[in-house]
Amino acid sequence: MQKLLIANRGEIAVRIIRAARELGISTVAVYSESDQGALHVRLADESVLIGPPAAARSYLDMDKIISAAVDLGVDAIHPGYGFLSERAEFADKVVEAKLAFVGPTADSIRLMGDKARARSAAEAAGVPTVPGSDGPVDGLDEALAAAEKAGFPALVKAAAGGGGRGIRIVKDAKELADAIPVAQAEAQAAFGNGQVYVERFVPQARHIEVQIFGDGERFVHLGERECSMQRRRQKVIEEAGAPGLPPHIREAMTSAAVALAAATRYRGAGTVEFLYDAVREEFYFIEMNTRIQVEHPVTEMITGTDLVREQLLVASGEPLSWTQEQIEFRGHSIEVRLNAENPDFGFMPSPGTLKSMQMPGGPFVRIDSGFGPGKEVSPFYDSLFAKLIVWGETRDIAIARMDRALSEVEVEGVVTTADFLRKIVALPEFRKGEYHTTFLEDWMAAADAAGTGAGSAS
Amino acid sequence: MSEQQVQSPLPGLFYLRPAPDQPPFVEVGSVVTADQSVGLVEVMKQFAEVKAGVAGTVTAILVDDAAVVGPGDPVMTIETSD
Repeated sequence: MQKLLIANRGEIAVRIIRAARELGISTVAVYSESDQGALHVRLADESVLIGPPAAARSYLDMDKIISAAVDLGVDAIHPGYGFLSERAEFADKVVEAKLAFVGPTADSIRLMGDKARARSAAEAAGVPTVPGSDGPVDGLDEALAAAEKAGFPALVKAAAGGGGRGIRIVKDAKELADAIPVAQAEAQAAFGNGQVYVERFVPQARHIEVQIFGDGERFVHLGERECSMQRRRQKVIEEAGAPGLPPHIREAMTSAAVALAAATRYRGAGTVEFLYDAVREEFYFIEMNTRIQVEHPVTEMITGTDLVREQLLVASGEPLSWTQEQIEFRGHSIEVRLNAENPDFGFMPSPGTLKSMQMPGGPFVRIDSGFGPGKEVSPFYDSLFAKLIVWGETRDIAIARMDRALSEVEVEGVVTTADFLRKIVALPEFRKGEYHTTFLEDWMAAADAAGTGAGSAS
Repeated sequence: MSEQQVQSPLPGLFYLRPAPDQPPFVEVGSVVTADQSVGLVEVMKQFAEVKAGVAGTVTAILVDDAAVVGPGDPVMTIETSD
């Protein structure tokens, strides 16, 4: 690989350009009209304007991006995360243009992008899935049989729902019997598809995911990440490793993730997401993400690896750099997402020009950002403007370091989530590592009710 | 009778349709109530509905679908019915 086009923007484009430069690969940035002065454009060797601000007409325009790559004699395209990263059609088009796609095969993307097929692939690889019905239930008898497997409380979920919509919780068989016809009618009205399925409800579930890597022949894991601190299903804080996870569970979960990678002959970086039931000490496959993730740095910090560099090497046809035994884990890492949002006003987006942007420093503090003083956080894209990552020999040291680092953040021109994050880091539940996927919203609701305001800077 | 402008409350992309495959919220000549949605503004991947603000008849739509707007930019005019 001599020349790489980065089909993305913001911090991940900068991250990829840095990895490429360290490998002696020259870089091409693409940008929209609103990103003319962006950091990724300045850092790349070459850059191409690909369209107006609306992502659909710039960062999501496959043909424009591929023709820019061909015109400039590029030999590979890195999609980053979001945008085109999990669009099988894009991976196909890149390969048709005789370029390397930095990521898995289009078939892998297609398989994991289809919920039902992904679940079957997991089951075939011996990876546990959430107990419940195999696909949609037809009538009450099937629903009851599925609930028998799932146990109560159970979830009745609309097949066409998503993002938390079209879900009801039922306590027993009677509630299930009442809920099925209503849920089917509601799903039909809301999604145009009345199919529902039944699965186990896990109260206080944790979201734990495993970083895997493959070269199509060999497959390894790089440990797990705890991503349960979420607001509206968006991750707010991520950690590596997962606090309090029993060693035998960690072993089983990472082995399951590697088994799935091996069964699908996976190539590149991937993440296998699990729902973890701490009471039953059981974990279930949720989905597999076929790209580099926002939170990949915490894994890099505890393993001393460069995952984006490895993506570029594997896409060049090199074998994996490490065997499983060579991957060593040391200490603990935490990442927070600094967003341009106003926690005092329902996390209202706060685009604007960064009049100043002072980021923390010191030992084991890392900032991944696509912005800097004088740059504009535009209203057209994600509100993430910087990731703050720390490492410590122990989790307690990492937490103290994160608190100290957050205290150094000073931004003028946009409202940020820094103070809000610092409050979460100070919570006893976070300190003890006792939180789950609904913890943050429950805490925010309680703080609002008590008038202490989760968002207020008290 | 007087003309009132509907303004985008936020910077971002202004949409005239709830989704690309759906009909527009309103067209010139549509009769609207004050709390009726007439558009959507997308800012940092979040969507906010824009209400008519007054009851009346839409007399002009001033922007294209998915237009770039700034806060306070006029997006349509409504002739009030009172």
